[in-house]
Amino acid sequence: MSAAAECPRSLVVERVFPHPQEKLWRALTNGSLLEQWMMPNNFAPVVGHKFQFRTDPKPNWDGVVDGEVLVVEPIDRLSYTWGTGGAKSGMQWVVEWTLTPNAGGTHVRMEQSGFSPEQKGNYNGAKYGWNLFFNGLERVVAEGEQP
Amino acid sequence: MAQANPNFVFRALADPTRRALFEELTRQGEQTVHALTRYAGVSQPAVSKHLTVLKRAHLVRHRRDGRQTHYRAEPAALAPMLDWLDQYGAFWRERFDRLEKVLERMEP
Repeated sequence: MSAAAECPRSLVVERVFPHPQEKLWRALTNGSLLEQWMMPNNFAPVVGHKFQFRTDPKPNWDGVVDGEVLVVEPIDRLSYTWGTGGAKSGMQWVVEWTLTPNAGGTHVRMEQSGFSPEQKGNYNGAKYGWNLFFNGLERVVAEGEQP
Repeated sequence: MAQANPNFVFRALADPTRRALFEELTRQGEQTVHALTRYAGVSQPAVSKHLTVLKRAHLVRHRRDGRQTHYRAEPAALAPMLDWLDQYGAFWRERFDRLEKVLERMEP
């Protein structure tokens, strides 16, 4: 449990890029640009579009991500499901990108949250539950660390 | 104790009732099925089912004492979750580095 100390409340990665927001939006939504930093893909920024990211297989992962586009709000918000390990036995996540103009360029926030397959139709509810869970996790881990 | 299949851990904690049971056990320490049933406000068979799922994920342990079964939380079983956070954290930071390079090459 050595990772507990730096364990975040949820998986959020943020950075300010010294580039305009419109350019970030292109890098996040254009398939050939996405391939250059994410993975080869057949992505399209269309709600309901099903796509795959494919990379070389790794230990514990066949290198395939199955996704479906959930939210497209140019040039502010983009969200899609992120499934690994196949539809039946695998895990489902939601990846949400939020772009905000900033004095230094564009603030990019990526949040990866999880939900179970049976909650698929209830994205907001699942997301809420997941955040609650992480709040609980933080406390539980802190307690588990006590000698 | 050996680590449970991470899928079992994530699935076990994806359900709000199971999460509540697990959190209650971390707060209160060892509890009987009877006490947990009162706390959860669902039927005892339902609670037993939830506890089985938590047990499969190694998140709880039980011991028998006469007719009562006592459960306690095993917070160390959250390790697969923490591993996942570490792994994906590194994954995204690396992708962000690559994104930065792509942005420099892109047309304005």
